[in-house]
Amino acid sequence: MLELKNVSYILPDGHAILKDVNLSIGERFVAVTGPNGSGKSTLAKLIAGIYTPSSGKILLDGEDITNLSVTDRAKAGISFAFQQPVRFKGITVKDLISIAAGRKITLAETCHYLSEVGLCAKNYVNREVDASLSGGELKRIEIAMINARSTKFSVFDEPEAGIDLWSFNNLIEVFRRMYDKTKGTILIISHQERILDIADRIILVSGGTVSASGTKEEILPGLLGMTAGCRFTEREDRHE
Amino acid sequence: MNKIEQRLLEQVADLHEMPEGAYSLRINGALASKRDSAHIQIVKKEDKPGIDIYIAPGTKNESVHIPVLLAETGLKETVYNDFHVGEDCDVTIVAGCGIHNCGVQDSEHSGIHTFYVERGAKLKYVEKHYGEGDGNGKRVMNPTTEVYLGPDSYMEMETTQIKGVDSTIRTTNAKLEAGSTLIIHEKIMTHGDQFAKTDFHVELNGEGCGTHVVSRSVAKDRSRQTFLSHVSGNAPCSGHTECDAIIMDDAKVTALPQIEANHVDASLIHEAAIGKIAGEQLIKLMTLGLTEKEAEEEIINGFLR
Repeated sequence: MLELKNVSYILPDGHAILKDVNLSIGERFVAVTGPNGSGKSTLAKLIAGIYTPSSGKILLDGEDITNLSVTDRAKAGISFAFQQPVRFKGITVKDLISIAAGRKITLAETCHYLSEVGLCAKNYVNREVDASLSGGELKRIEIAMINARSTKFSVFDEPEAGIDLWSFNNLIEVFRRMYDKTKGTILIISHQERILDIADRIILVSGGTVSASGTKEEILPGLLGMTAGCRFTEREDRHE
Repeated sequence: MNKIEQRLLEQVADLHEMPEGAYSLRINGALASKRDSAHIQIVKKEDKPGIDIYIAPGTKNESVHIPVLLAETGLKETVYNDFHVGEDCDVTIVAGCGIHNCGVQDSEHSGIHTFYVERGAKLKYVEKHYGEGDGNGKRVMNPTTEVYLGPDSYMEMETTQIKGVDSTIRTTNAKLEAGSTLIIHEKIMTHGDQFAKTDFHVELNGEGCGTHVVSRSVAKDRSRQTFLSHVSGNAPCSGHTECDAIIMDDAKVTALPQIEANHVDASLIHEAAIGKIAGEQLIKLMTLGLTEKEAEEEIINGFLR
């Protein structure tokens, strides 16, 4: 169970990115959605320890982790998949998955983690995680790392961002399988209806606050309504 | 060999003892031992320190090891080694120099290696430099490599200097004939007050020849590095020179890649990048449970692999 208590994140110029956020997240699969710039990624980075809240507390299973470093939060059981996966010169896929697992892992284990995310293991094990990999490949390797860590709380920041439709279809399958297997909580930031559709709960963030939280049946119709409104506006624009 | 010499040998050649096949072992300024093989002949030079290595045409899948070990303080030497690689060979040459200096005088080794790679031959040349010892005497290595690549020949040169060399000026000059290829991978890490300068000159003289010069380096503490690379295209050819450096602490790095086209069909590219370790790389590895220091080590080890 991860809890955020009155968490705010305010920039030095006084601009508030998140304002007094209160959340308790303990379900298997929770999706966070909301407009661009609403503070979703900041929320993820506060959980991972990359940002420190300006005020408020973050608790993991009742333990206050607000002041723990990124490393200590990782050790406490938080994983974080970046929206823009990082490239490394000379570090291979196998190296990263080994680091993620926290021990030397066998070739068979590496292959298992890669197959789980739909990558043909023998083509990737010894590949460098550098600019030669496509955005979609990097996203999957990022997910494979999180799987190798298998911690109690995993955060994914827009796993679908920047990948093509073909890869996206496979990605949905990957998350469906993760839903079935996970023993902890997956928190996923996403704009995609098909990802939101898997979620036990959807949290809507807008303007730096939690504006709604509930089951997909409660939240999705409202979201789709917002989209319809936009389409209508676009049509009106074209008529003018 | 004593224990110090054995350790140096392990560092520069990954060897615990001399291997099967041809080798030449130089310890403290003198030829300690050598062995020929059926196709490889090693001949001691009469007029100056060094050896001639003759590899018979058509020799395949053989290797030559020529390590140099310096364990006495204050020793300074210049050694001339000439490699004659016959037509259609496919061989590996492993050279390396290890200096152990626990005295107050400087130890210095300058190896001047000249390669004559004949038509159609394929050569892999691996060179490692390593220094150790806690004396105040400096460990200095100034290698010079001269390369003549015959038609349709291929040479891959891999040089590594990771630890303990206080001062190095590495000079490489190469002339390429038609259809030949030269690939250079250089890896350097400097720390403390060390200084390393590399200077590559590649002349692409024959039609269809090409080169790829890649240098990766890490400069730590107060160390200084200079990378110079000059590739000239004098025929229809392709050349690529690339320097990629990680700078840390109070180090200083200069990169001067230079390309010169003297023919309309010469296609030349240069790239140079210097920067500290990207913050996002550190954070990514920290989210996997590594400390900042561990993350830094992983990134450097990968970069210099």
